[in-house]
Amino acid sequence: MDQTTQEAQTDFRGRRPRVPGEEAYLEVTDLQVRFPTADGVVQAVDGLTYSLPLGRTLAIVGESGSGKSVSSMAVMGLHDRKSTFMSGSIKIGGREIIGMSEQELNTVRGVEAAMIFQDPQSSMHPYFTVGDQIMESYRQHNKVSKKAAKTRAVEMLDRVGIPNPQRRVDQYPHEFSGGMRQRAMIAMALVNDPKLLIADEPTTALDVTVQAQILDLIADLQRDFGSAVVFITHDLGVVAEIADDILVMYAGNAVEHGPVEKILGTPLHPYAWGLLESIPAVSGTPGPLHPIPGAPPSLLAMPSGCAFHPRCEFRERVPGDMCRTLRPELIARTADTGRASRCHLKDPDRVFETEVLPRLP
Amino acid sequence: MLLYFLRRAASAISVIFATLVASYALFLLAPTDPVGTICGPKCTPDRAADISAALHLEDPALQQIGVYLKGIVAGREYEIGGTVRECDAPCLGYSFALGRPVTELIADALPVTLSIVLGGAVVYFSVGVLVGTLAARHRGTTLDRVAVGSSLTINSVPYFIVVLLVALYATNVVLPAAQYTSLLENPLAWASGLLAAWITLGLTNAASYTRYSRASMIESLGQDYVRTARSKGISERRVVYRHGVRAGLTPVVTIVGLDIAYQLTNTLFTESIFGLPGLGRLTLNAFNTYDLPVLLGSVLVGSTVLVTMNLIIDILYTFLDPRVRLA
Repeated sequence: MDQTTQEAQTDFRGRRPRVPGEEAYLEVTDLQVRFPTADGVVQAVDGLTYSLPLGRTLAIVGESGSGKSVSSMAVMGLHDRKSTFMSGSIKIGGREIIGMSEQELNTVRGVEAAMIFQDPQSSMHPYFTVGDQIMESYRQHNKVSKKAAKTRAVEMLDRVGIPNPQRRVDQYPHEFSGGMRQRAMIAMALVNDPKLLIADEPTTALDVTVQAQILDLIADLQRDFGSAVVFITHDLGVVAEIADDILVMYAGNAVEHGPVEKILGTPLHPYAWGLLESIPAVSGTPGPLHPIPGAPPSLLAMPSGCAFHPRCEFRERVPGDMCRTLRPELIARTADTGRASRCHLKDPDRVFETEVLPRLP
Repeated sequence: MLLYFLRRAASAISVIFATLVASYALFLLAPTDPVGTICGPKCTPDRAADISAALHLEDPALQQIGVYLKGIVAGREYEIGGTVRECDAPCLGYSFALGRPVTELIADALPVTLSIVLGGAVVYFSVGVLVGTLAARHRGTTLDRVAVGSSLTINSVPYFIVVLLVALYATNVVLPAAQYTSLLENPLAWASGLLAAWITLGLTNAASYTRYSRASMIESLGQDYVRTARSKGISERRVVYRHGVRAGLTPVVTIVGLDIAYQLTNTLFTESIFGLPGLGRLTLNAFNTYDLPVLLGSVLVGSTVLVTMNLIIDILYTFLDPRVRLA
């Protein structure tokens, strides 16, 4: 019964249901990212593990500083080697990224894996034409003439819905509007048909109507190219729109991971509850916002036990001060094994339904 | 675009014109007995009268400036001691002390100064940018510290002391003696005679350029678009030298332009100490002999150089930075 309703849902949204045992294209295992600073070591990502098969979209959500961007930059090998300690494993199409030479990394970046950045205004070079920047990426990985590359650039601009691509290809980024610039950025990322696309808050700098267009575009392109997409955002509305799976991050690690309709329907982690509660109600009587109390922990000095315990209103429910002393594992908490959360609560689904759900706006 | 250039050119010309009127007024219209000053210590009443007549000092102020302007455009004649001296256009006046038209004096001195300054600029721009970029790429390493440290040390020594030390210890020993030969006459002698000046001017300024380009490159390498370039899988060398340098050096080019303009009018120490007959020395000598026409001429040439360089930089900038390009 449960299974059929879920399938009906996924079909309705035009998404591919998950095939059990599907081979992962991106595989992150026990990823640690640390930055030594004058004040101590910043533990930006602390043992993150997830995997993603081709054709699926994973949304990574969390507050600023939760390690969303840092972990994705690590996947692209974009951290400065000299000032970053990384351990664990990141495999793209079976190739290990961590420890890979810069030269070898360049056979992955831009071809196998590409990235769309948050602010297209600052992420495109102001002194080169849009066409130049797309062509550079194409010619780096394909031995083609300038002319052929330009044809390809025009084709890509057309594909991402930029009107008049023949003329636009020779323009500079500042001559594009914000939405058009983000489209150009997407064209640049997709020019080599990457199998993995990482989108780091690609719609944050855009207004809502343009946001919807860009989301549609990414979903559309994913269907065409069958690539794996990692979508970093802190907008749960965007997540519901685009993702198959959600990974909720807190203090450098996953606290909840599973299919989108389950995590958004019945989240099992108090931090995810807090995120849902903090969404302002658009209808009904206007009331105050309900932010999660406290602030994200300092990455220099992580709390003991569960990283969320200082802000968690349910920590007293767990006997023996466990939340403060023992770090919970990311495992299945209910009969449903397709999802996992990192919380000591014995019956999180019941707590959510009886106590949290009635409070939601 | 064309309109912009025309507007800029018009404003440049008006600045030069304002400088001309102001300096003419300062030197020749002020109640300071210009005739006595120009005439010098061995002045005879006849000579004073000649000078006064030649400069039209008895005429109303506006008319005097008119005569001076007409001289610049069409040339004029000076009658001194019964003989007529031609001063061809652009006539910037006549040096009674040296017995030659100011234009001729400046025309002799300008190539010397240009050679020193442009040659020096090549040295400081290339050395400064190279060291600065390397320091930015290897920020925090020994290389970076040595580069910044020596840059600060060099800049802490007053420029004239550096010139003096080079003149005393280096020329004739490791560097050829400083002297000016025309480039057209003998390029090799031209280069070897100016080498000391180039190295002195070049290395002292390279110290500042190292720091400018280091700061500018660090800023540019930290930009989001450099990260984007890296994410495309292009080589680190291409990331730094195509994406980083293109953005990092644009502001440095602007500073070079302003520095060249400034140095063209301020090569006093370099020229006097190395004994090179350029504009700076001409001006300094004119100061010593109260040669007002020469001073007036060099002020005019200096201001024209400054204004023109500024104009060139502005125009250059519209080519370097597409965002500044005007429709």
